[in-house]
Amino acid sequence: MSTLHTINKSPFERSSLTSCLGHLADGDAVLIYEDGVIGARKGCAFAEALRAKQTSCAIYILGADLAARGMKSEDIAEGIGVVDYGGFVDLVAGAARVCAWL
Amino acid sequence: MSEATAKKKFLYINRRAPYGTIYALEALEVVLIGAAFEQDVSAAFLDDGVYQLIDGQDTTGVGMKNFSKAYKALGDFEVRKLYVERESLAERGLTLEDLMPLTYEDEDEDYAEKPSIRLVDRSEMARLISEQDVILSF
Repeated sequence: MSTLHTINKSPFERSSLTSCLGHLADGDAVLIYEDGVIGARKGCAFAEALRAKQTSCAIYILGADLAARGMKSEDIAEGIGVVDYGGFVDLVAGAARVCAWL
Repeated sequence: MSEATAKKKFLYINRRAPYGTIYALEALEVVLIGAAFEQDVSAAFLDDGVYQLIDGQDTTGVGMKNFSKAYKALGDFEVRKLYVERESLAERGLTLEDLMPLTYEDEDEDYAEKPSIRLVDRSEMARLISEQDVILSF
């Protein structure tokens, strides 16, 4: 069973996203929320690093945190799935373990 | 311990240096709780977390408790798997020789002293994460 990795800090503030992406196993899922969403914006400095992982891992983002920061689903890199809080719960329930990158 | 409360694999991920924040000290306490409940405890040290194990910590000038000695006692509490990430050390200009020589006594081999620190590369760390039942991040 796979691991769900969570990111809730901006990659411009902390190394959490970079560190997380360096420790993924194939088939893992990543959920980006709170200030983590800043790193998923199209054209940002971390978009390429995220895109490189999309072939082996599923990347999700919490829609409410996007909206709170003035972003829409079309503002984030392609291939990232937007989920709501229920979707967050489903991801946790479907994973064998959760690894939070604080 | 009954079968219903079987032993689980717990991994404590440490990514912060000591003293700048309370994370490292709190993690150390939680690791000991896991060990007290007879769980299969491992601790991982990556990113700035490798500084938790650096030798020669002296906190007299900053007026904080030097808790680095507590890591030396972990072996006595059955915490014998301390995984340190090779890349995190290298990025910070550190080597294994800069860390405290942490050991445990192996009761199966006439209490021979063995190293608790296991140097792993990033891909091995990723695999270690995949093998756990519970992950606690600090």
